[in-house]
Amino acid sequence: MARKILLEHAHVAGIEGYDVYRKMGGYRSVEKALKTMTPEEVVDEVKRSGLRGRGGAGFPTGMKWSFLAKPEGIPRYLLCNADESEPGTFKDRYLMEKIPHLLVEGMVTSSFALGVHTAYIYIRGEYKWIVKILEKAIAEAYAHGWLGENILGTGYSLDLYVSPGGGAYICGEETALIESLEGKRGNPRIKPPFPAVKGLWQSPTVVNNVETLATVPAIVNEGGEAYAEIGVGRSTGTKLISACGNLNKPGVYEIEMGVPVEEFIFSDEYCGGIPDGKRFKACVPGGSSVPILPADLMLKTAKGEDRVMTYESLSDGGFVSGTMLGSGGFIVFDEDQCIVRNTYTYARFYHHESCGQCSPCREGTGWMEKVLHRLEYGHGREHDLDLLVDISKKIEGNTICPLGDAAAWPVAAAIRHFREEFEWHVRYPQEALVRNYGLGRLEHYYGAVGV
Amino acid sequence: MLKVTIDGIETQVKSGTTILQAARQIATEHPEHSHVVPPAMCYYTPLEGSGGKCRTCIVRVSQGSEKDPRPMPKPVASCQTQVMDGMVVENTTNPDLLAARKSVVELLLINHPLDCPVCDQAGECHLQDLAFEHGAAETRYEEERRTFERIDIGSHIQLHMTRCILCYRCVYTANQLTDERVHGVLFRGDRAEIGTYIEQAIDNDFSGNVIDVCPVGALTDKTFRFRSRVWFTRPFDAHRACDKCCGKAVLWMAGDEVLRVTARKDAFDEVEEFICNECRFDHKVKDDWTVEGPRTINRHSVISANKYKAKDKTVV
Repeated sequence: MARKILLEHAHVAGIEGYDVYRKMGGYRSVEKALKTMTPEEVVDEVKRSGLRGRGGAGFPTGMKWSFLAKPEGIPRYLLCNADESEPGTFKDRYLMEKIPHLLVEGMVTSSFALGVHTAYIYIRGEYKWIVKILEKAIAEAYAHGWLGENILGTGYSLDLYVSPGGGAYICGEETALIESLEGKRGNPRIKPPFPAVKGLWQSPTVVNNVETLATVPAIVNEGGEAYAEIGVGRSTGTKLISACGNLNKPGVYEIEMGVPVEEFIFSDEYCGGIPDGKRFKACVPGGSSVPILPADLMLKTAKGEDRVMTYESLSDGGFVSGTMLGSGGFIVFDEDQCIVRNTYTYARFYHHESCGQCSPCREGTGWMEKVLHRLEYGHGREHDLDLLVDISKKIEGNTICPLGDAAAWPVAAAIRHFREEFEWHVRYPQEALVRNYGLGRLEHYYGAVGV
Repeated sequence: MLKVTIDGIETQVKSGTTILQAARQIATEHPEHSHVVPPAMCYYTPLEGSGGKCRTCIVRVSQGSEKDPRPMPKPVASCQTQVMDGMVVENTTNPDLLAARKSVVELLLINHPLDCPVCDQAGECHLQDLAFEHGAAETRYEEERRTFERIDIGSHIQLHMTRCILCYRCVYTANQLTDERVHGVLFRGDRAEIGTYIEQAIDNDFSGNVIDVCPVGALTDKTFRFRSRVWFTRPFDAHRACDKCCGKAVLWMAGDEVLRVTARKDAFDEVEEFICNECRFDHKVKDDWTVEGPRTINRHSVISANKYKAKDKTVV
């Protein structure tokens, strides 16, 4: 069995409550950090651990913390990004729902390391039941002296608030999150300046994902080096993976970095293979925004090596034959799934969620969706495929924030790896509709075209 | 001072200067090199926070700096990217960049109609110039375009969202110039609209400036709409004593009739000093103004057509 760090006690009854959590060793990291360590020592420990941001970008957390400007007389803020909106990603929700105190503990320890006295959990509005769970945990932490004035008599004070957002995907982008938290429209800011210099209320701010912050207690308790021993190379520690799609056992798994993809999909310890013995067709391993890969490239790299669950291995081959670990939203498709339909669904999502600030994303996402709609509903043309690739190139890298890339990559990758399927949709639109939607849809289609 | 080279032309700029401003500096000092200035639809110097959105001002940085000569991997927004010492920038000399800019124009024209023959902004429209210089002859967009009914937002301003390219300039203007702002951006993505709170009127004293900053024909002056094409009018610098604003304006005249009053704009079509609604809308009589003389139009657009100047004659 793989080592567990975050979900070690997830199965313990009542772990969501303070008493059980404390009994299982909860809040030890706060005691250790506040009483025996300096903030710099905590930051160094996180640097030694090699922990990389678990929100998707995978930027080294310790390095991000060390960028935080520390001007005298200006407050600093820690924001927890719990706006988990990436389709296919639902790991943070599980963590907050099951062990809310782990996040609270992580935020107290991290805030101490960063010299922060006010911290916020920005959570997506749809998770309203988790807001209540977190608020209860925070109230318990205040009641037992882990939050508030003079924590453990060390002179350190921290206030922690939960702030539900309006439910927009773009608010998961750190600067849009800050705008939203300030009560404004959740539009991304143009960088630089980066939040570490000018973030919330123009003050230095660190924005970290739920999983990242929840990992900090283990690093402080056991030491950064012990954490870095888990995993492979620069992908250290464990990672929560939310597996869904055509799997026998979809769910949230904590894996040690470096587990082979094949083992993750097919072994009984994890996803248990594809239902009904169907063929494994494709996979999106890091949330809907990362490039889709066909089964052969998902299991083996272009060089023929086993693909393993690490940042490096999954991105091996670049976008020609690789993908990204991203947020760990692992979506598996069996042989019956239609890539065109799936790509259209993703394009609809990103079109809907584009904030509309910059023209390539605002206009390009809508254009892609409309072309894919044509393809999906039997009106596609041969040249539509090249048009889609061209539009995705216009968007990629040309936008204020990464939402443009998130919209462009899945479309470009789907056409790159499954071009025949798109062409099939163009040549045989009626068959394509039958395959995807069944007879009812076919009748609807015949009615529409007057056959 | 930092050294920057744009399209092979070198200049020195202060630290903190953006590539766009450096290019404008070159064009101001040497008007024959005006091609180095990237087009800008959303950036507007007097408006804090503007820029970075339309992506028309993208340039290729072929050398980051003297210290780090590596090129930047992708085109950057020149209005937001600060110059580094030794930076080398390509604006019109890089075919890939021109292709990328053409792409942006294609995207901007997805929903903006090229109805210049009937649009009130024709001749003063940045998108018209941009489409002429960087656009393709044909569009590849076959889908339905979005259209809107025209909305009267106040007695003097008409909003035609069909033409809006969401540059946010009017939003920044309203934010930074007027009290009790009542208009902004509604919805998101390509469904986003400039709108007022339940079609409220914009009646602030400085609200007329949103017309001047709009780069396209989305916000127009109802007192001028369809009265004349702009190139048939003659602009005169004029001023009057005003207790609300600087009182310095441009009168756009046909004979002795004042057809339109606008703020004065610089060579890059940006307002130098914003004017109040009283000057703009309520004093359309020549006698209310002290006319200083004909205004020189620097833009290469059709706006400068028909503005003839008599050449000095040498009397023998």
